[in-house]
Amino acid sequence: MIRSRTFERLAPWLLLAAILLVWEVLCRVLSVSEFVLPTPSAIAGALVEFAGPILVNAWRTFWTTRVGFALSIVVGLVLGFVVGSSRLAYAAMYPLLTAFNSVPKAAVVPILVVWFGIGAGPAILTAFLISFFPIMVNVATGLATLEPELEDVLRVLGARRLDVLLKVGLPRSMPYFFASLKVAITLAFVGTTVSEMSASNEGIGQLLLSAGSQSRMPLAFAGLVVIGAMAMAMYELFSWIERHTTAWAHRGQQAH
Amino acid sequence: MTAAAAGGPDAPAFVDFREVWLAYSAEAAAREEFAVEDITLSTRDGEFIAIVGPSGCGKSTFMKLATGLKRPTRGTVTVAGAPVTGPLKIMGMAFQAPTLLPWRTTLDNVLLPLEIVQPYRADFRQRRDEYAARARRLLATVGLQGYEDRFPWQLSGGMQQRASICRALIHEPRMLLLDEPFGALDAFTREELWNVLRDLWTAQRFNVILVTHDLREAVYLADTVYVMSRRPGRILERRPIDLPRPRDLDVTYTEAFSRIVHELRDRIGAIRRG
Repeated sequence: MIRSRTFERLAPWLLLAAILLVWEVLCRVLSVSEFVLPTPSAIAGALVEFAGPILVNAWRTFWTTRVGFALSIVVGLVLGFVVGSSRLAYAAMYPLLTAFNSVPKAAVVPILVVWFGIGAGPAILTAFLISFFPIMVNVATGLATLEPELEDVLRVLGARRLDVLLKVGLPRSMPYFFASLKVAITLAFVGTTVSEMSASNEGIGQLLLSAGSQSRMPLAFAGLVVIGAMAMAMYELFSWIERHTTAWAHRGQQAH
Repeated sequence: MTAAAAGGPDAPAFVDFREVWLAYSAEAAAREEFAVEDITLSTRDGEFIAIVGPSGCGKSTFMKLATGLKRPTRGTVTVAGAPVTGPLKIMGMAFQAPTLLPWRTTLDNVLLPLEIVQPYRADFRQRRDEYAARARRLLATVGLQGYEDRFPWQLSGGMQQRASICRALIHEPRMLLLDEPFGALDAFTREELWNVLRDLWTAQRFNVILVTHDLREAVYLADTVYVMSRRPGRILERRPIDLPRPRDLDVTYTEAFSRIVHELRDRIGAIRRG
């Protein structure tokens, strides 16, 4: 039992190691050019060799993403609360927000550049624009799916609409909220990177672009690895917060 | 129409429905589509009544009218001598689903009404310990001592329903409304909870409206059973239950008990066929 548990925990690392090994072997056996697909060892080499610039740019991207994401949380929560708590607001705003969300965010970057110039501004806003939507939708869903019986129990007691929302609606929507954070943080990294690629002199996105244009493929891949690792780490962080703040919603998994 | 005029033959009525009709919307009213029709009924203070009928007969609509969650389209509803114009705080409700909040402990779930209803709401923070002690006593009377700090999802269905009834009673309402509260429980648990409810009622003598489709439950617990027709719901029969109190489960095996249940069963069978 314990052994299979340990194995389960190690499984993703073993799979990763296996993939890297196959990748390395295939590249060497078929002598794939480094300009097409660098080997994992070459990527690791680039990571070490350019550790300094990678770190500076990664920190930049990380910082920008966090600011954009913080905006997302605030706006997503407020809009979700408004949309989920009033039928009229839902009817009025939801179609517009959906339409807005289906606009490709990469296409907005040039407009943001005109407004805010090259730099952190467009990147922060792109990260925000791409990631607030899932947060809003989830908070609104959590509020709107309140059991009518429960609402009756409270309304008979003279509860105001706000009482019901604060005592029941909001705590009830917290698992939805935390679940959306995990999705939204990875989207925020996408937004930042996309914006950096066309409208910044800094950040991993810009590093990817310049490495690509100079055909320094190991460096480009190193950039991808770093951004993937950052997004993954943030995902895990929010997943941990989710498990520890809304354990009641995850009792099924814990019981096993 | 005054409360005095609405009174029963021997005592002033507690719940008094006078020719009450309810349609869920103005359009439905215009089409003469009513959820309940021409309901006239009155209860003594402290009476335990049960409403039985086929499913979808407007029993839950009746509950909404009695609590003031819905206003009648025609007719008047009077509770405790005053016309019902909005949600009544002297009510506690429990449903078939326990609807406990999973992020609150059993104790905190039971305390929830006190955080909302006046006068408790005003001094809830200062007197929380006192109220918590009251909630613990109430939970103990339904056999939940030791489970106060568990979460609802750690309790069995029957225990959750006990907690739900405690939540309905914590603010000492004058009336308890139960909408098929034991419908989702197994037969043994259900009979156990009948006795829990009987004991609470015997001790506190609040008014009860129990909506159920279990005829044995209705006859065992209630002073008076009302039979409702299919939608649109009408009261077809008022059946006082004269079985002596205190009743215990043995009474459900007596001939007198079976006779009443059979009678009601035939009545409802006739509605379903008709």
